[in-house]
Amino acid sequence: MGKKCPKENVNIQKGSKTNHRNAPLSIAIRAVDLTKYYGKLRAVDHISFEVKRGEIFGFLGPNGAGKSTTIRMLTGILKPDGGEIYLSGINLKDDLIEARRVMGIVPETCNVYVDLSVWENLMLMGKLYGVPKTKRKVRARELLERFSLHQRKDEKARKLSKGLKQRLILAMCLIHNPDILFLDEPTSGLDVQSSRLIRGIIKELKQKGVTVFLTTHNIEEANLMCDRIAIINKGKLAAIDTPQRLKGVIQGSQSVEVAFDRSKPDELRWLKDIPCVSRVEKLGNKFRLYTDDPDKVICEIVKYRELKSQRLTLLNTLGPSLEDVFLELIREEAE
Amino acid sequence: MKATSHFKNIAWNLRCSLIIAEKDAKIYYLKPPVLIFGLLFPLFLFLAFVLGREISFRMLVPGLLTMSLFFTSSSIGPIIYPWERNARTYERLISTPISLPFLLLGDALAGFCYGVFISLVPLILGVVLFKAAIIHPLVLTLAMILASFCFAFLGILLSSPVTETPSQIMMLSAMVRFPLIFISGVFLPLDKMPVWGKIIAPLSPLTYAADLIRYSFQGQSYYSLVLDFSLLGLFSLIFLISAIAFHAQSLKRGI
Repeated sequence: MGKKCPKENVNIQKGSKTNHRNAPLSIAIRAVDLTKYYGKLRAVDHISFEVKRGEIFGFLGPNGAGKSTTIRMLTGILKPDGGEIYLSGINLKDDLIEARRVMGIVPETCNVYVDLSVWENLMLMGKLYGVPKTKRKVRARELLERFSLHQRKDEKARKLSKGLKQRLILAMCLIHNPDILFLDEPTSGLDVQSSRLIRGIIKELKQKGVTVFLTTHNIEEANLMCDRIAIINKGKLAAIDTPQRLKGVIQGSQSVEVAFDRSKPDELRWLKDIPCVSRVEKLGNKFRLYTDDPDKVICEIVKYRELKSQRLTLLNTLGPSLEDVFLELIREEAE
Repeated sequence: MKATSHFKNIAWNLRCSLIIAEKDAKIYYLKPPVLIFGLLFPLFLFLAFVLGREISFRMLVPGLLTMSLFFTSSSIGPIIYPWERNARTYERLISTPISLPFLLLGDALAGFCYGVFISLVPLILGVVLFKAAIIHPLVLTLAMILASFCFAFLGILLSSPVTETPSQIMMLSAMVRFPLIFISGVFLPLDKMPVWGKIIAPLSPLTYAADLIRYSFQGQSYYSLVLDFSLLGLFSLIFLISAIAFHAQSLKRGI
């Protein structure tokens, strides 16, 4: 039997989800002092964090920061060189197989068996997770329906598009109703329809009490979906908080978005010359002006509008984005 | 309590091994590299040895059976891992609730079944068409089972080097497997081999399988049956344990 996490908060509120052993637990994932070396390189450097049950937890970081190594350790694919991992209270060192039964995993470099049909892929995972035959079939039909794959269930998976394959991968990892779901870049490179479907399903899972551990390069996706976000850089945790609080980290980094009805050749230069604007980005037909003083920038834009007889089609003030926070934290770490 | 839990764990893993073997059978039995290196190569090798010689086919049945068992059983393992790494299904599989030794066992089981079933073809042909008599059916059955496991474990061991290109592993496996045919007394009985052949033959697991199978048909063996079975068993264990160690090492390095 897996050793219970010593600091586990077992006083859970009424109605909270219980794990498969009927032990109520409020913490789904606990990483303590997690460390991993590749040769002399310290890929993950003594990181500790907790993920509450039913939470969508985002894990962000630049390439090579240690995201995938961390997720591979949390899922038991990689053995850490130091530290402890508890999933639903089960110490991975003590009972890896038991811990894997409570989790569903979509690794970053993962694919379906293209030589098997959609149905056979689902059945294979159902069998490996020990889902009884009748329940397995019922669950598979439900998932096929939910992921809009039911009409293609007898087709070989090689015939599916990337988006449909990713849906199938997600369906495969949900066949055993996991308590914890690890998703490594689940919407990377997908079409809008599939991305939206997958995001919708992740939100549904949260409502059902499933804990989701999500890594993504799409910061806006993390901003919209995650209850809390951890940012990892060079193997260390740079920050961990709610998206809103993380945005509060950067004071004074506000921006004004503006678009005019007609494009003038000198408008970019003119916008850059506004005294309190630190940076201007052209985003399609609109401009984003970074400033400490949005009010002054708006006044200058209005002056420009009157001077050039332009019409404003967009004028918007924005707080710091999560992307700004991310870049700021990564920059601080680099310095 | 702990013993019960341990037993349940083994039972769970064995069940998963069977599921893995079933998956492998569906996916890999008809893959071109398996058909080429497992069936066609040994068939042509056999024809190259037989054609133009005045040897009765009946005398060649033990050799053909041994070679068939060896090539087919050891052909599945080398394809699975590079194929799964290349197809990006390996990481998904190793994250399911099955321990690595049982995952490898499942793959070896697929090789075992493939070897035994395919080898039944030359066996049945030899007995029915060429009237080859099986003098010791029990020894033959046990030898086929043990040898098939041994060669399937060898296949899994050969798949240990980390690569995403199946052809690299197939090349390595051909380099290891083909020379064994010539030093193991498959066609030429051990007592008729030159001195150097007799010295190096004991290093090959195929030698003991060939000796047992020849004994089943001709009633004579070069080594004692106990030695043949024991060393075949020992080789099986060495191959399995080495395969587990190498695959575990690759995982530890994050591959």
